[in-house]
Amino acid sequence: MKLVEKYPLGSVVVLLPLWIALYAVLQQMADALVLVTGLPQGERLTEAVRFFVYEVPKVLLLLTLVVFVVGIVRSYFSPERTCAMLGGKSLFAGNVLASLLGIVTPFCSCSAVPLFIGFVETGIPLGVTFSFLIAAPMINEIAVVLLFGLFGWQTALLYVTTGLVIAITAGFVIGKLKVERFVEDWVYEIHSNNPGMQETAPVFRDRIQSGYSAVSDIVGKVWPYLLVGIGVGAGIHGYVPENFMAGLMGKSAWWSVPVAVLIGVPLYSNAAGIIPIVQALLAKGASLGTALAFMMSVIGLSLPETIILRKVLKLPLIFIFVGVVAVGIIIVGYLFNIVY
Amino acid sequence: MTIKVLGPGCMNCKTLYRRTEEALHELHLEATIEKVEAYQDIAAYGIMKTPGLVIDDKVVVSGFVPPVEKLKEILLAHRGPQ
Repeated sequence: MKLVEKYPLGSVVVLLPLWIALYAVLQQMADALVLVTGLPQGERLTEAVRFFVYEVPKVLLLLTLVVFVVGIVRSYFSPERTCAMLGGKSLFAGNVLASLLGIVTPFCSCSAVPLFIGFVETGIPLGVTFSFLIAAPMINEIAVVLLFGLFGWQTALLYVTTGLVIAITAGFVIGKLKVERFVEDWVYEIHSNNPGMQETAPVFRDRIQSGYSAVSDIVGKVWPYLLVGIGVGAGIHGYVPENFMAGLMGKSAWWSVPVAVLIGVPLYSNAAGIIPIVQALLAKGASLGTALAFMMSVIGLSLPETIILRKVLKLPLIFIFVGVVAVGIIIVGYLFNIVY
Repeated sequence: MTIKVLGPGCMNCKTLYRRTEEALHELHLEATIEKVEAYQDIAAYGIMKTPGLVIDDKVVVSGFVPPVEKLKEILLAHRGPQ
């Protein structure tokens, strides 16, 4: 770790080929591991173990690389700059830009309140602010990596696109509803007299450094969820009969989409824990629209974040926010169940 | 020297508080550390990312938790006339 800190550029040159080599032999490694355990071929347990020992290192490797790259990309963005870019934008163009910036701007839900206040102070319309607040948690690199690793790039792209559409339209709708009066009054009274922090432009070395710290931060936090998620997924793969989920989460059950969202909203897990489970459910006959809706409501709308936002938003606006996003997710769910 | 750690009490804010204490201890510096947890007060410093570190009313860190070594540099740079 000390070496990496000292020679950020050099360590990339060394670590990248190592990464590629590891990724290339994943299947062989998993097969060898299964062989070593001496488990009988073709048994349920064997297949569950094989799934686990293949998927865990694969997703971890992908996650490390993507989080590293995203960490570097994010060092070019900051909430302050995003805020400046959004100032003075018209409603619709602002919603589109805010949703896109929501993907790349560093954001954690504990910063949601200071960020919200900063946006309000700059005079950014509430609808545009909501587009940002919806896109930022919903479309994140962890979700994209897991979708790519477990489903393929098409599903990852589908998720990002629908997430963007929901963020843009939900923000636009909230903007049209004239909800300014439901923001806590003290928010409008704050006038920061402090210039904030004068940021010095980082050099490229520092940016690589922020890539590494993103890896240790995010991968360090997420791996237990990943293990549990893939573990449960492996269990479902091995033991739940084919088509078991078809009746519950299949297309024929019209109520499955809203129920999936109703269950998903209060559930709080990060993408790493929920996506492997959803993948397993899909393999057992759940339909794509229902699974997507469940995933989005778990990742995009979370109870802790809503509680934090309650500090700046009055209750009616909290309900409007959750309601509009939930309706958007339900529409997307039905759409995919019809199309596929 | 008055140091304030800005943050609503999340994981990062606690880590920053702990590391600041550690850095001060290693530098043998005397300072009062205060936690600022109310959103109103945090927002008044004009930061959009928590945690924040304020030395003598000047924001010196916002949005990340520097390692102890880096914190020592920051503390030394901002400790002002003794």
